[in-house]
Amino acid sequence: MDLLADAVRQAVVLLTGGDREIWSVLSLSVFVSATATFVALVIGIPLGAALALARFTGRRLVVSAVNAGMGLPPVVVGLFVSLLLWRSGPLGGWEILYTPAAIVIAQALIATPLVTGITLAAVGAVPAPFRLQLLGLGASRVQMVWVVLREARLPMLAAVMAGFGGVISEIGASMMVGGNIKGQTRTLTTAMVLETSKGNFDVAIALALLLLVLIFLVNWVLTSIQQRRA
Amino acid sequence: MTRSRLDPVASGPLVSLRDVSVAYDGVPVLALDALEARRGEVLAVIGPNGSGKSTLLRIMGWLERPAAGQVCWRGRAVESGDVLEVRRRTAIVFQQPLLAAMTVTDNVGLGLRFRGVPARERRSRVAHWLDRFGVAGLADRRATTLSGGEAQRVALARALVLEPELLLLDEPFSGLDAPARASLIPELAAVLRDDRVSTVLVTHDRGEAQALGDRVAVLIGGRLRQVDETAVVFRAPVSEDVARFVGVETIVAGQVTAAGAGMVTVEVAGRALEIAASAAPGERVRVAIRPEDVTLTLPDERPVASSARNHLRGRVVQVRASTPHAHVVVDCGFPLVAAVTPRSIDELGLAAGAAVIAVFKATAAHLLRE
Repeated sequence: MDLLADAVRQAVVLLTGGDREIWSVLSLSVFVSATATFVALVIGIPLGAALALARFTGRRLVVSAVNAGMGLPPVVVGLFVSLLLWRSGPLGGWEILYTPAAIVIAQALIATPLVTGITLAAVGAVPAPFRLQLLGLGASRVQMVWVVLREARLPMLAAVMAGFGGVISEIGASMMVGGNIKGQTRTLTTAMVLETSKGNFDVAIALALLLLVLIFLVNWVLTSIQQRRA
Repeated sequence: MTRSRLDPVASGPLVSLRDVSVAYDGVPVLALDALEARRGEVLAVIGPNGSGKSTLLRIMGWLERPAAGQVCWRGRAVESGDVLEVRRRTAIVFQQPLLAAMTVTDNVGLGLRFRGVPARERRSRVAHWLDRFGVAGLADRRATTLSGGEAQRVALARALVLEPELLLLDEPFSGLDAPARASLIPELAAVLRDDRVSTVLVTHDRGEAQALGDRVAVLIGGRLRQVDETAVVFRAPVSEDVARFVGVETIVAGQVTAAGAGMVTVEVAGRALEIAASAAPGERVRVAIRPEDVTLTLPDERPVASSARNHLRGRVVQVRASTPHAHVVVDCGFPLVAAVTPRSIDELGLAAGAAVIAVFKATAAHLLRE
């Protein structure tokens, strides 16, 4: 118990003392995960909306694939992105393995099915007669989808939360494609694993506190938007 | 809006349908020879639930394509690239208000935004139409907080603000309670009349068709049974199912025994009825009489001076409560139904077994031939 209390005290000292490395790890994590979430939103929202509205053969199969993808293990994504970006791999020419860009790609692959799946459910929950009404008021297809997404904006915020929450706390992919290189690809989660294995519990706890506060803040902001709009 | 080949070149119907048919999963729901929505008139399409009315309206709004047949806008077939523009010349209101989760003002401005109308013009047009439907005070309210009647007024304003060349109404009053309906129907009627809004109204309620329709189309089982001026359809339905749907209660078989100038005598169950119609003696017909055209008097009262040709003695079989009039079934050798106010039922002491005289004019009865 002493160990824990002591470590927490040390962690607070580290955070308030302005330890450079901790803050650089934090900012890299936020930057990488926010970028990945953004990419996932850009791909996932139109894709989810299209899947919710379109009727084509094989739709059920695609929807099932998206839903399965919502539970995609980060470590599997890490493996495949590593293979793709490997020097001799198909995208080896990009030379971005073990850079933040590689982590962004991996995390975007993890978050996109989450955003797509939640968008699909949110848009699908808007009643079909409402869509017909919009068309009957002269909406083009794009205008109709835009209003429907606006109508589904509360569940859409859940998509943002799920996407960001999923990638900020994953570790398998970050570790495999980022490499946990100090000052370059070290994120909150990979640093935490490293510090824990080295026995530096104070640093690990400081990182854990940061991660928890970060997740709380993001969800708090999004939840207040939801509550205000509701 | 830019001029295009969809613009008027001549007068004529706005929408015309020819040989249109629709089937869902192989089950036919609609099969029409011809129907037109004309400029400046309200066409009421009436029929029981499941008769294909809503499908018909969606086809007229280019929201659904028929499996077969031709749908023309101002006499021309519409190519797929023109569908959006034709839709933007129409506007549709459904039974549910289907408002978006935004303010009333933003809801009513939706269609104008779709058309790229500038914000300043949008604001003034929205304000004008909110005012005309008596909901100007709700402008800044969120649509989700409105009552059913308020929401439907907003939905109507949202369609009429577009000044559509053709307004499509799909059971717009069916979701409302009686007081909301009673106040909204005459208000909408005034707007449609004052602005000469070309309208197609779909309803299962014949009272709404009578209140709003210039013409009535009766759709039963996916087929048009009669299309004519409202008064004609209600006074002279062409068939028994149309007659039943427009509120005729008494339909009895008989035979023409004599025919003169515009007047025939039809024998029904041993009673001779004088009917303003033309038919050949010996012809077998059915006689249709609306309950509100039949009045009841007591046998011991001195006969009131009346031009009514038909006075039939009979006995009350049943008194059925209904609004605003009760329906009294009288056995005159055949069952004859009269609409009577609750007050008259009390005053005349009408109850099963009471002896009465049923009176109706020669012009009140109508002959059905099929």
